[in-house]
Amino acid sequence: MTASASDRLVLAADASDHRVARLAALAIVLALVDAGIPSPLPGVKPGLANIVTLIALSWYGWRVALAVSLLRIFGAGLLLGSLFTPGFFLSLAGGLASLAGLALVSTWPQRWFGPVSASLVAAFCHIAGQLALARWLLIPSNGILYFVPIFALTALVSGLANGLIAQKLMEAPDASD
Amino acid sequence: MIRPGLRPGDWLVLAAGILLTAWLTLTLWQRGAARDVVIRAGGQPYRTVSLRHDQLIAVPGPLGITEIEIAHGRARIRRDPSPRQYCVKQGWLEHAGQIAICLPNATSIELTAPDAPYDSLSF
Repeated sequence: MTASASDRLVLAADASDHRVARLAALAIVLALVDAGIPSPLPGVKPGLANIVTLIALSWYGWRVALAVSLLRIFGAGLLLGSLFTPGFFLSLAGGLASLAGLALVSTWPQRWFGPVSASLVAAFCHIAGQLALARWLLIPSNGILYFVPIFALTALVSGLANGLIAQKLMEAPDASD
Repeated sequence: MIRPGLRPGDWLVLAAGILLTAWLTLTLWQRGAARDVVIRAGGQPYRTVSLRHDQLIAVPGPLGITEIEIAHGRARIRRDPSPRQYCVKQGWLEHAGQIAICLPNATSIELTAPDAPYDSLSF
């Protein structure tokens, strides 16, 4: 039988879809808060939305973390009016690089490496991805290297802070839904 | 519920992060005094001028004129048509390697030194 316009196509959202949507919504709100915080230099931000990615990775695994992260980048881009601008691609490059970092950390033994490790590695990967894109495509000059120590310090502080927050949130006995 | 507290590996990763940040700071901020400013428009070098000669330079870009001011051995973007004015807000640049970029207008200034310790870095 061929499909006709009168056939109704129903996309049933299962529990996992609802979970991704809830986490992504939370991450988008945090990304908006992030964007609202005044910053001395573009790129120096706490990256609060990564807390959600860390929790998604720890509780629901790799696919959920990827979905939440990409939905957050596109959703926040849409809401901030920066979709497909250079800033958006910087954020996408950073997001993909930090997911690669998280994929690496998730192969390390859990007994030794917790959310703080994941957060720090993801934060450094984030600035590495952003700087690589900025250096090769947006600002082809070595002058950008002058700002690298500032970004590295930001990654260190925010990576540690976000990791500790994610850990605290996950330590709560009634944390997971 | 997960295991509380920092795990041994977390301390290791934190120490590695601190070392990496310290190393990057030491390597990338060891620079001499600036002597010239390289002005770029549309990615191409537009002019290279000495910081010892105070002047105002107008550089054309797709949005309009970027005005660059050189005074007392420093340089800044004095005026620019970019909407967010990031490069203008950066203020005066005085060290070699410092750079101010007006992305929307495709113009930039970079301070250079004759005795730069290296001419490229990759990682």
